[in-house]
Amino acid sequence: MLTIIRERLRQGHRTSRYPKEEPTLPERFRGRPILKPERCPEGCEQCLERCPFGALEKVAGELRLDLGRCLFCAECAAACPHEALRFSRDHRLACRRREDLEIGKGEYLLAGALEARMKKLFGRSLKLRQVSAGGCNACEADLNVLGTLVFDLGRFGIQFVASPRHADGILVTGPVTENMKSALLDTYAAVPEPKLVIASGACAIGGGPFRDSPEANNGIGDLLPVDLYIPGCPPHPYTALDGLLRLLGRL
Amino acid sequence: MTSPPSLLSLKNGGSLPLARVPELDYDGFAATLRAEVEGGGRVAAYFAAPDQGEGLALYALLARDWKEDLVPLRTRLGSRFASLTPACPQLHLFEREIAEQFGVLPEGHPWFKPLRFHPVRRGRDPWERNQQGLPVCGDMPYYRVEGEEVHEVAVGPVHAGVIEPGHFRFQCHGERVMHLEISLGYQHRGIEEQLSGGPHPATLYRMETVAGDTSIGHASAYCMVLEALADLQISPRAAALRAIALELERLANHVGDIGALAGDVGFLPTASFCGRIRGDYLNLSAELCGSRFGRGQVRPGGCGFDLDEARAAAILERLKAIERDTRGATELFFDTPSALARMEGTGTVSVADAEALGLVGMAARACGLARDVRLHHPHGAYAGSFDDCIIEESGDVFARASIRRREIHSSLAWLKQALASLPAGQARREVPPAAPQSLAVALVEGWRGELVHVGLTDASGRFSRYKIVDPSFHNWSGLAMALRNEQISDFPLCNKSFNLSYCGFDL
Repeated sequence: MLTIIRERLRQGHRTSRYPKEEPTLPERFRGRPILKPERCPEGCEQCLERCPFGALEKVAGELRLDLGRCLFCAECAAACPHEALRFSRDHRLACRRREDLEIGKGEYLLAGALEARMKKLFGRSLKLRQVSAGGCNACEADLNVLGTLVFDLGRFGIQFVASPRHADGILVTGPVTENMKSALLDTYAAVPEPKLVIASGACAIGGGPFRDSPEANNGIGDLLPVDLYIPGCPPHPYTALDGLLRLLGRL
Repeated sequence: MTSPPSLLSLKNGGSLPLARVPELDYDGFAATLRAEVEGGGRVAAYFAAPDQGEGLALYALLARDWKEDLVPLRTRLGSRFASLTPACPQLHLFEREIAEQFGVLPEGHPWFKPLRFHPVRRGRDPWERNQQGLPVCGDMPYYRVEGEEVHEVAVGPVHAGVIEPGHFRFQCHGERVMHLEISLGYQHRGIEEQLSGGPHPATLYRMETVAGDTSIGHASAYCMVLEALADLQISPRAAALRAIALELERLANHVGDIGALAGDVGFLPTASFCGRIRGDYLNLSAELCGSRFGRGQVRPGGCGFDLDEARAAAILERLKAIERDTRGATELFFDTPSALARMEGTGTVSVADAEALGLVGMAARACGLARDVRLHHPHGAYAGSFDDCIIEESGDVFARASIRRREIHSSLAWLKQALASLPAGQARREVPPAAPQSLAVALVEGWRGELVHVGLTDASGRFSRYKIVDPSFHNWSGLAMALRNEQISDFPLCNKSFNLSYCGFDL
């Protein structure tokens, strides 16, 4: 017992001060991309060619980046000779609508809070059932991390629960493999109304690296109504936490 | 026994023209394989590949750990073949896999069931399932035990925690488990299938997600295959950077697992500390390459990110601080008699079973089998610098926990040495085109165990077949064995002590 107490004192209190203080992320962390389409010269498509997932496109000559498809590999930024796009260290990425995940020149619209009735229901206590539908376990691991003392999800009233019957919504990872489709839909059906659906990670949003695979669907967008999109491959725990807190109107 | 002189051997990270792979008739192939296995060899990879026309070639890659080499064998298959599983149980899943992928029938297979429940790629469905629509995952006859007071517990695919899906059937007599059958396939994304005709621009990213917690391991093995096919030596610096990332991956997962085991036996101090410390190691990976899971670090020809002197020194400093926390947190657990008593004698796998089933990695080492790619098939930065294969003999949950604790210490020692003495050189080289009509093999000791990647190329140097064997492919059978005669309530603890990958199995 004494050794436990001694070790407890030595290890100290390490819960982050987020959201009161912004997190410090590593220098090489790839967060929200910043686009400067005005720097793109006519006919240059070097960045587009480097993206195997079609996350980048040119719409009427203007560069657009779809964060729902982006794996944050930053190969496009490395390929650009004109510094027209770079990845910042901003971890805030989550959005409420699929189309908001598109980055252009303008302001990026972060997730807004739930409407008043839903916020009243879930704002102070949100229980989520997590379903991995082909997720590679990186998304799942970084969601598990939210339960550790560093992030301490419980202090915001958010908790992952074992049964969909106890849940206010589901948080899905993975591109939805053919073999998990019915289990995912069954789990969703078992959650009592009203309920939320959260897509976490590039796979759940748009199929990620498995987009258009014959064995998987392209995420949950076509299968379920999504209330929150959390981009990333996998999303950083702070990105996920930021999204959840925005949804509940806590940020 | 001594091998016939016609057998060819191959080193880890090597390649050879397909024409030189010895081709035997099926009986000769079977006899050679059995002789090698009886002589101490084991099956590292076993797969079929479509040949010209209707034919099917069957490849076996036998690892001879004591000779540091691998023996490739080949034969041809018709629509059915005599199953070798009764004589060589470690082939049981491999043969089911071949049947499911190519519609050929292994006659006399004692446990002949689907594996991943995807449509048969060609030929006839060996189970004669309905060809309209897709196979239903988990739809197969399970083992059943009948009798008074015998009952069945079915769990999954969606489990209680934030984990991947799988289905488990326990045949129980009261609390006692007589048999556990594990049915997977829910995470099947078709990675191998998508590799035909590759590499494609998206391939590397799929490799990094074969098993997300083994991103570095699988990406390394894949890059080694590309480099072997191109006959490219990466620089010693790049090799060291890859190994550093791999050891950080091992540390994060081992520490996390000890925390999870502590949580499962109800010892919360270590559970809480290790949950946090795991994140500290992941954050070190992010210092290397920006991603907590090492995405972007391993690239064909070397590494995506170099490590300058200042950054290496900063990482080394942080590592020393995290090491103190790690030691404090884990020693607490291993000094607590009640926690140890909960693990000792629980979920035991005998060395005979481990050997027969071909277990690899930690699960094998915990049963007393010395199997470690870093020692037996050293490659890159491990060559000559790793002689510390840690084994335990009791084969129980304690042994698997203890392996992790001791490997944490040896990894830390190796890592500190490597960070302090990074060789000079460039981090990445251009990879020449792959050799046509060749076979290349790469073995990497991921944190769970041996990852095997085998690439076969066609006349234009594209992949005609790419085979991935994740350690989980061998080891799920070990978990089933560990549960025999245990209490069903010990399942979470046994399961966590293996901590296998669903994705890595399902691919």
